[in-house]
Amino acid sequence: MQPVSLRNVSKVYHLDAVEVAALNEVSLDIEAGRFTVISGPSGSGKTTLLNLIGCIDRPDRGEVIIAGQAVQDMKDDALSDFRARHIGFVFQNFNLLPVLSAYENIEYPLLLGKVAPAERRRRVRELIDAVGLTGRGDSRPGQLSGGQRQRVAIARALVHSPALVLADEPTANLDRQTGAAIIALMRQLQHERGVSVVVSSHDPQVQAEADTSIHIRDGQIVDSEAEVTA
Amino acid sequence: MNARALFSLALRNLLRNRRRSLATLLAMIVGLTAILLFGGYRANILYGMQTGFVQQSGHLQIQRRGYFLDGGDSPTAYGIADYPKIIAAIRNDTTLAPLVAMVTPSLRLGGIAGNFAAGVSRSVMAIGLVAQESNRMLAWNDYDMVSYARPLPLAGADEDAVVIGSGLARKLQLCAVLNVPDCSQAPAAAKAAETTNAPDDVLALSAQESAQQPAAARNRIEMLASTARGAPNVASLSVIEAKNMGVKAIDDLYMAMHLSQAQKLIYGASPPAVTAIAVQLHHTAQMPAARTRLEALLGSEFSAEPLEVLDFQTLNPMYGQTDQFMGSMFGFIAVLIGVIVLFTIGNTMGTAVMERTTEIGTLRAIGLRRSGIRRLFMCEALLLGAIGSAAGLASALAIAYAINHSGWTWTPPGYSYAYLILVRVGQNTPLLVGSIVGMIGVTLISAWWPARRAARLEIVDALRHV
Ligand SMILES: Nc1ncnc2c1ncn2[C@@H]1O[C@H](COP(=O)(O)OP(=O)(O)O)[C@@H](O)[C@H]1O
Ligand SMILES: [Mg+2]
Repeated sequence: MQPVSLRNVSKVYHLDAVEVAALNEVSLDIEAGRFTVISGPSGSGKTTLLNLIGCIDRPDRGEVIIAGQAVQDMKDDALSDFRARHIGFVFQNFNLLPVLSAYENIEYPLLLGKVAPAERRRRVRELIDAVGLTGRGDSRPGQLSGGQRQRVAIARALVHSPALVLADEPTANLDRQTGAAIIALMRQLQHERGVSVVVSSHDPQVQAEADTSIHIRDGQIVDSEAEVTA
Repeated sequence: MNARALFSLALRNLLRNRRRSLATLLAMIVGLTAILLFGGYRANILYGMQTGFVQQSGHLQIQRRGYFLDGGDSPTAYGIADYPKIIAAIRNDTTLAPLVAMVTPSLRLGGIAGNFAAGVSRSVMAIGLVAQESNRMLAWNDYDMVSYARPLPLAGADEDAVVIGSGLARKLQLCAVLNVPDCSQAPAAAKAAETTNAPDDVLALSAQESAQQPAAARNRIEMLASTARGAPNVASLSVIEAKNMGVKAIDDLYMAMHLSQAQKLIYGASPPAVTAIAVQLHHTAQMPAARTRLEALLGSEFSAEPLEVLDFQTLNPMYGQTDQFMGSMFGFIAVLIGVIVLFTIGNTMGTAVMERTTEIGTLRAIGLRRSGIRRLFMCEALLLGAIGSAAGLASALAIAYAINHSGWTWTPPGYSYAYLILVRVGQNTPLLVGSIVGMIGVTLISAWWPARRAARLEIVDALRHV
């Protein structure tokens, strides 16, 4: 089953009287178990596309099918539950809860999924080790470096074994070296776990890692192996 | 998300901005303390008044219909002749007996008291009572008040003994004999003038009296009253004590005597009556039950006389007026504080929502429902309300303890002596529960709008927020 399938999706923003077409009739399919990179200049529509794939925004037109389910008309609560089950997020600004420890941040999606305590403990510990933060579980985000925070975020995105992990410019707030390490980690975990990962970036370092590359400009896909040609 | 994780998250978020949380808590603490202290003060005043009234005249009184409103001091027209039988019936009634602490008759009468030795006379309001019984009524203290009631020394005293108000003692120039404090005796010249103004026959009478009286018997006065048949009657009485009655208007008129003496004065040889039968219950809460039974009893067995049952609130309109006055003040203070707390917490929560917009977006993206966001903020408010209430309660109890042990006094309007200032917070369950439930309720109401706003944020807008 394809994790992501978009059909003629459009999204328009209204700025006062001006209409901005952030996405224009986009159709694409992403195959399972791939590391997909969306690239394009700033303002080209990468974030908008990822938001639609992540089910945190709705298209104005078209169909969004995630993990086999058409989501564009789902009710808000059902969509929330859907995200909790199937999608993991990594953000540019890490977006950890500052009052929770690294351990608790990673555990949070499991609390939402009502996973039993023993199973929660096992999975969180496993991921803390997997992202290389062994021994740092009790640290608050404020006590961690940017790279470490993004590792916590990656663990949080993977802990509930989602079908799809989305990362919107995950290295934009990291220095080059740390960014490379983070991408390597994501690539490795994606490979080990067979999860589908979609990353947006205009960083050539990231694009080099792609199984599949999608180029976007002015809200349209300009060059992609994933593009559905009519 | 489980409740423990939810509350832990809420608590940590409150601790995040300690200064703001503390300022909010402080507003709640000050507000709750003010409400509880005023409520406790009000309760103390009302319990105090109630205790005084119940000690003096019982919870309920049986009177002849119309006496309370129209009878004034005319015992003759409104006497209850059957009173011994009624009292016996109450004491023997299986429903009433367990409720009743005391049943006792009294007779009110008006008249003129004269100290003819000094050439002065004053009108008085006298009450004839069974001293032993009315003294036992003074022991009623269901609210553990500091009681200012002292037993009348009439119990065991001679038939002609009376106790008068200290104000009346001053007016009758009995200060020296009765050791009344704060007494400035009229200067001799004025006294002479007063004496010469008196009618000749009274002068003659008083001259005769003072000549007869040995120095030790200077406490004797005469009481002039009109009998049931309308003829004047005089009794020679011995004032054994002057008593500060508290309220000056009463202090200047008050006289207490044995019921038998009062009846002799009013009814002479005819069958005696009383103007009231006081019924004191063990607890005020028993009033409705006792009243119902009492009315049934009077209606069946004693229907020959038109009698009515009056409660202490009706007999003492000041009680209801004070209750209402303090109630409206309490309401005003409570609303004022409620509004202040409402806006303080609303502002605190509103700011928290603003500051945490990105977090809200993150939680929503990860899969927390709108209701989860709302619950998170309501939970924070609930926690804030609970902590504020607990701290406010502790603060109110501590201050109440300090006030109650400070020995501060005040003189209520119209009273002639000072009362201890006391506040009843700890023992006042309705006040405690009401204020705390109210405080937490206000907290939740004020958090409702910010929480709703947080829940309704669009995820992508919240995530883009900086
Ligand atoms: N909330 C919004 N309101 C108005 N215009 C927006 C909004 N979000 C994005 N846009 C516009 O949509 C276009 C695509 O934006 P975005 O998806 O953020 O691009 P990228 O992530 O590639 O930089 C841009 O022109 C941007 O200005
Ligand atoms: Mg972007």
